[in-house]
Amino acid sequence: MRPERRLLFFVAAAAGFAAFLVWGLTGLPAFGHYRGPYGYLIDRLTVHYTHATGLVSAVNFFFRGFDTVGEEFILFVAATGLATVMRGLREEENEVSGGEAVSAGVSVPRTSDGVRTLALLLTGPTLLIGWWLTTHAQTDPSGGFQGGAVMATAVVLIYLAGEYLKLRRADPIVVTDSVEAVGAAGFAIVGLFGLVAGGTYLAEVLPLGKHIGAVNAGGTIPLISLCVGVEVMAAFLLVVSEFLGQTLVLKGALDS
Amino acid sequence: MILSDATFRPPTTAWAGQLLEVVLLVLVAAAATLVVLTRRPQRQVVVLSGYGLLLSLLFFALQAPDVTLSEMTVGAVVLPLVVLLTISKLKMQPGREEEKK
Repeated sequence: MRPERRLLFFVAAAAGFAAFLVWGLTGLPAFGHYRGPYGYLIDRLTVHYTHATGLVSAVNFFFRGFDTVGEEFILFVAATGLATVMRGLREEENEVSGGEAVSAGVSVPRTSDGVRTLALLLTGPTLLIGWWLTTHAQTDPSGGFQGGAVMATAVVLIYLAGEYLKLRRADPIVVTDSVEAVGAAGFAIVGLFGLVAGGTYLAEVLPLGKHIGAVNAGGTIPLISLCVGVEVMAAFLLVVSEFLGQTLVLKGALDS
Repeated sequence: MILSDATFRPPTTAWAGQLLEVVLLVLVAAAATLVVLTRRPQRQVVVLSGYGLLLSLLFFALQAPDVTLSEMTVGAVVLPLVVLLTISKLKMQPGREEEKK
């Protein structure tokens, strides 16, 4: 297709798209004017049913807990699939360049002292924030997903400080693999407890707690949040360390 | 009894809040354009991270702290990190340097 005709085709398509978009947008409620009943119902019912004040987490882990199980396994399967593909690649490269010698002789670019210090200083607070987010889904805007991602960031900061090989020597991939599985299974098992004790999957089986909005309130919400946090942390770490391993292995192969 | 309470209304947004929303919306649109216009992948990653941070601020201004946290961790940290690691692996691919020359 010639450039002019391509442009013409694009302009016609874009004009049609814009017309439909504008038509659709004019039918929307005004900005900030929510019409549906669902949000107001959640506002009114959540504290009564769960004793939790973290409404978003209550929706995620209580009202639509079953959907969240599915979402959690999306991340689990994605991380597992990625790790499988990457490990296959790594073994290939090791074979090509003489096996274990490459992994052993991996060289890491020297990290500057400034980056090293900053990363190490931030590791503790970041881990604490992540842990707080993971364990306070029932009281505040937070939750296992965000908390898990922040906790993974804390470990990435250790990588950044240049301690990757030390972590690698302890073989964190075995640990992250099993921790990820435990986290993912934990959520599903909490659901099964509900099935056995309450008759439906993910039925509320734990006491809601006496005080509304307390850390021990919310029944299964904090437990599920913890499982999700652990799973998400391990999944992100798995992905990042596979990518990092790839980069370092290849670098080692080039240097030798 | 809980459902019959029809008097509940969302709090009306003050003009200062609306101004903040407008400013952040403009900034997010500008940052998104900048991400597209940045051609060098390494720079694009950094711009993408800044865009993620701005987007998380917008979510916060729109009173969605949960989404803010997710966007901040995934959009501003994890996604740029994974992209950056991929770029650095690609750059180390043997034979790529000769291709450039």
